[in-house]
Amino acid sequence: MRFDELVRSGGPVVTAEFPVVDTDMAALVRHADRLRGWADAVNVTDNTAAHAHASNVAVAVALRGLGLEPIMQVACRDKNRLALQADIVGAALHGVRAVCCLTGDDVTAGDEPQARRVFDLDGPQLIRVACALAEGRYLSGRAIDPAPELLVGAVENPGAPPYSHRVDRAAKKIRAGARFLQLQICYHPDRLAAFMAGAARAGLTSRAAFLPTICLVKGAGGLRFMNEKVPGISVPAETIDRVEKAADPSRAAYELALAQAGHALSLPGVRGLHLVDFRGGDAVPRLLSDLRISRRLTA
Amino acid sequence: MSQGPVTSPGPVTSPDPVTSPDPVTSPGTAGHRAVAAVEHAVKGPVFDCRMCGQCVLHSTGMTCPMTCPKTLRNGPCGGVREDGRCEVDPSMRCVWLRAFERSRRLPWRGHFTDLRPPVDNRLAGSSSWINLLTGRDRRTPPGWQP
Repeated sequence: MRFDELVRSGGPVVTAEFPVVDTDMAALVRHADRLRGWADAVNVTDNTAAHAHASNVAVAVALRGLGLEPIMQVACRDKNRLALQADIVGAALHGVRAVCCLTGDDVTAGDEPQARRVFDLDGPQLIRVACALAEGRYLSGRAIDPAPELLVGAVENPGAPPYSHRVDRAAKKIRAGARFLQLQICYHPDRLAAFMAGAARAGLTSRAAFLPTICLVKGAGGLRFMNEKVPGISVPAETIDRVEKAADPSRAAYELALAQAGHALSLPGVRGLHLVDFRGGDAVPRLLSDLRISRRLTA
Repeated sequence: MSQGPVTSPGPVTSPDPVTSPDPVTSPGTAGHRAVAAVEHAVKGPVFDCRMCGQCVLHSTGMTCPMTCPKTLRNGPCGGVREDGRCEVDPSMRCVWLRAFERSRRLPWRGHFTDLRPPVDNRLAGSSSWINLLTGRDRRTPPGWQP
């Protein structure tokens, strides 16, 4: 089933983050082979963490050609409203249907902090603009014929202050037109649980697919990196300690992810998971197998 | 001899209505600039107003969203630090966290979650007071409305 149909069908959904690539097409093909059959769609990042890489459009189009369903992330940091619309429509020309709209980390989070930040639109505005494209018109009102077939999604961070406002912010994004919400990795299970309970109570979970992120890291180093370097992510010191001081830190890191995934899937209104794999190898199939989530295994 | 159909230069978008230049309400006129100067003198010290020309202070807890380093109009980004400081400038508290807290004390707090349209960059530096009176600040591109 196509990803947009799957999201609209109400069935379980698994998405995965596609690793960053630059110019190594062979690596891109290898990663695509590794994820094919396990994820219903793969996120193509847009200059992730404010570092320049091969463009979201180029990678999404390449993955489409390899038979994967890309979710093209579009961030507001680097481009104005004309360029953002051009990217979405241009990718749609190549069959890229799913877009994930985000505000984006600031340029100061990356390796070129001298860059001019744009933020001509913000995340919720970009969602509305992408929906206008799907309805057959640019923001200016100029018609697009035929209208691109788009499934518009977004992100939300249940683990960043102000916690009690995050459900309202998710609601705003859904009102703007988001039909799936990939939730930032959250190392505070109570925050994720409170967020999902609020989203379910507000009737949001029947209007959009909520997909908490699970990060598969190799050990405590990955957790520490996220805690210190990734905006909006906090990893409790005791969680890092538990992994670091385990007899087998790699196994402990995997078990942490497995426990997080099990907890996330137990929450009301959670439709599936978004997986970010820093371990490589068979980590994704192993996690899904341990969670007893069957995926199609066709190539 | 028929010349065939005349080719349209492209779909006609809705142009901004052309209004006769009013000495006060038209941006760029001396009257408008004078009101903008007064507005900035009042709102600058109180709200750190950046004169975007389309003020939304009433719906953002009387906190200017243009002071957010990302100039976000629709709420806090996902990068707010654990202690409530800004992702971009750790020396400051998140503008939207402050806006959220202040808005809860206002009778019209329901407007906090409004979906605010993209900024019209042409209005930068003009008087939002005049733009409010003329309705200019509520004019959005035709594609914005669902």
